[in-house]
Amino acid sequence: MRLRIEKRPYPSLRTRILWPVLFVLLALAIGAILIASAGVSPLTGYYELFYGALGDARAISETLWRFTPLLLTGTSVGLAFKCKFWNIGAEGQMLAGATIATFFGVSFVGTSSWLLIPLVIVSGFLAGALWAAIPALLKAKFGVDDVVTTLLGNWVILYFVAYLVEGPWRDPTSLWPESGAICESAVFPRLVPGYRVHIGFLIALLFSVLFFVILRRTVWGSEVKAVGANPEAARFMGIKVARVLLTAAILSGGIAGIAGVNELCGTHFHMKGLGFFGGTGELSWGYGYAGVIIAMLGGLSAIGIPVAAFFMAIIIQGSRAMYRATGVPSPFYYAMQGIILVCLLGGIFFTHYRVRRVKQ
Amino acid sequence: MMEILTYSFLVTFLGMTFRMATPVLLGTLGEAFAERSGVLNLGIEGTMLMGASVGFMAAYFIGNLWVGIAAAALIGMVMGLIMALLSVTIGAQQHVAGLGISFLGTGLSFFLYRLFVAPEGGVPPTIVPFRPIQIPGLSGIPLLGPTIFTQPVLVYLALALVPVIGFIFYRTTFGLNVTSVGHNPKAADTAGIDVYRTRFLCLLIAGALAGVSGAWFSMAQSSQFLPGMTMGRGWVCIALVIFANWNPYRILGGALLFGGIDALQTTFSALGVQFPYRILQMFPYVFTIIILVAIARRVTYPAALLQPYRREEE
Repeated sequence: MRLRIEKRPYPSLRTRILWPVLFVLLALAIGAILIASAGVSPLTGYYELFYGALGDARAISETLWRFTPLLLTGTSVGLAFKCKFWNIGAEGQMLAGATIATFFGVSFVGTSSWLLIPLVIVSGFLAGALWAAIPALLKAKFGVDDVVTTLLGNWVILYFVAYLVEGPWRDPTSLWPESGAICESAVFPRLVPGYRVHIGFLIALLFSVLFFVILRRTVWGSEVKAVGANPEAARFMGIKVARVLLTAAILSGGIAGIAGVNELCGTHFHMKGLGFFGGTGELSWGYGYAGVIIAMLGGLSAIGIPVAAFFMAIIIQGSRAMYRATGVPSPFYYAMQGIILVCLLGGIFFTHYRVRRVKQ
Repeated sequence: MMEILTYSFLVTFLGMTFRMATPVLLGTLGEAFAERSGVLNLGIEGTMLMGASVGFMAAYFIGNLWVGIAAAALIGMVMGLIMALLSVTIGAQQHVAGLGISFLGTGLSFFLYRLFVAPEGGVPPTIVPFRPIQIPGLSGIPLLGPTIFTQPVLVYLALALVPVIGFIFYRTTFGLNVTSVGHNPKAADTAGIDVYRTRFLCLLIAGALAGVSGAWFSMAQSSQFLPGMTMGRGWVCIALVIFANWNPYRILGGALLFGGIDALQTTFSALGVQFPYRILQMFPYVFTIIILVAIARRVTYPAALLQPYRREEE
């Protein structure tokens, strides 16, 4: 007797949801081992985690406030992955967007919000788009591996930002390296007074809907899908693969750029320097990398990505609460990100294949 | 700018070049195993961080650096094993599998470090790292003595691995099997080579080398582990292996070239050259992107790279 792997040619919707969910549960079970190794009961740990993220109005507001940039980076990466542009550079594109927004936010004092907020959003979009267009061009023109260029690009812009906030842009009155504060009229208004959710939440939802409409209803969307499925076949169908790749990269980078603007104008209000963690910015908090996990977890689908982003927001927000309540180290969520992605690959396998026992 | 040409600058610069090249050399040699067998392993960065974290902890708790190195190699192999299960056994997309390993290692190394040695807000502990060893007789040579022949033992180890791996790749049955598996797995299978086992072995070796490479950062370059301390060097390895055309001798050249750029940046800051050091820090990354572009048109990848092999499906 031995095992045989058979392909499921057309996995049903139930199969496509069931297996990934099962493997995310497996990831949570592995997470339970991490919690237990910190000497905390996994039940207590997860209770604190979920209660801290969803327990009351304030907790939900905080979770939605984290959900906002995660939905943007998840959508950004999802769009890029859809046509197999391996954009791991959302972190850097966020910083590019936030940098240009800082410039306008700090120098255009006295401008009306009605002018300044659209200005920072559009300029942030363009900066992120430009930063993503470079690796996309290198891939389309010379066939340079996009994973490596987008990732190394993160480091380049990270050090550039560090240069700005430690040098020419540094706020001399601040104890740590950061730029001066953006002016009042560039700050994203809050949706409910007293809670940190702000208009960025609506902007993120708008882009999520846009992603849905583009993929389902436009010619360009179907071209993106065709290039992702099989670039050679797409070329035979007369699709200009390089152009699709480049436009997808521009839109993807732009959305990530807006995520950076969102963090500047909705969360930090100052441009920040290097993050505590190598490869991340103090402003972007690793949300650009989280976008990769969210996009994969959401199955690159317009409905799955918001669900995945919300789940990840719960894990991130809840990890802080769990740390405060039980002392389980807060990098728990960094570890969970990796565990979830690795487990998910198992789920994807069982979605597309079934394993059968056959008698010899 | 005249001080650039002085003897003491050259000594600092050359010595630094070899030290900066060492972790990249180890990681890239490992990646060459993986890719020659047909698996793109993007998990190097995370594996390095696991090696740095676990290796440091083993050395710290047991009090022996070599135990730390062994632990780093072992945890690297565990990461390699997970990568093999994902990319070889279930045939997952190699890009995503590797990213998964990198995220896993980056996050878990940080979590374990917080859990076992340095709680938030506490003072991070340190160990006594590997010290430079003077090679008797050779360390007296001007310029080369105080640079190449006065280095921590891991530098010599990494350099010695180059001809060893060159021999394995080009002169042993195993090496030739690796190449044929990476070139045409179906033909290799027909010829009686176990494709799965060869790829598993290559990923285990790649993991072990990446683990030791990570240990360099926490046990030789500095005396403590810091989250994310490899600073993207794992991604540089992915670029260098392409640049070196999967050849161990050219990998040595590529690693020294990268080490030189990295060392230039560090020595400039140390000498107090008037240039913003944050901008200098960008150089190694920009340089890596530039060499990727420069060689892009001339690259021939192993033919079966990125293709999972499944015997059942034909």
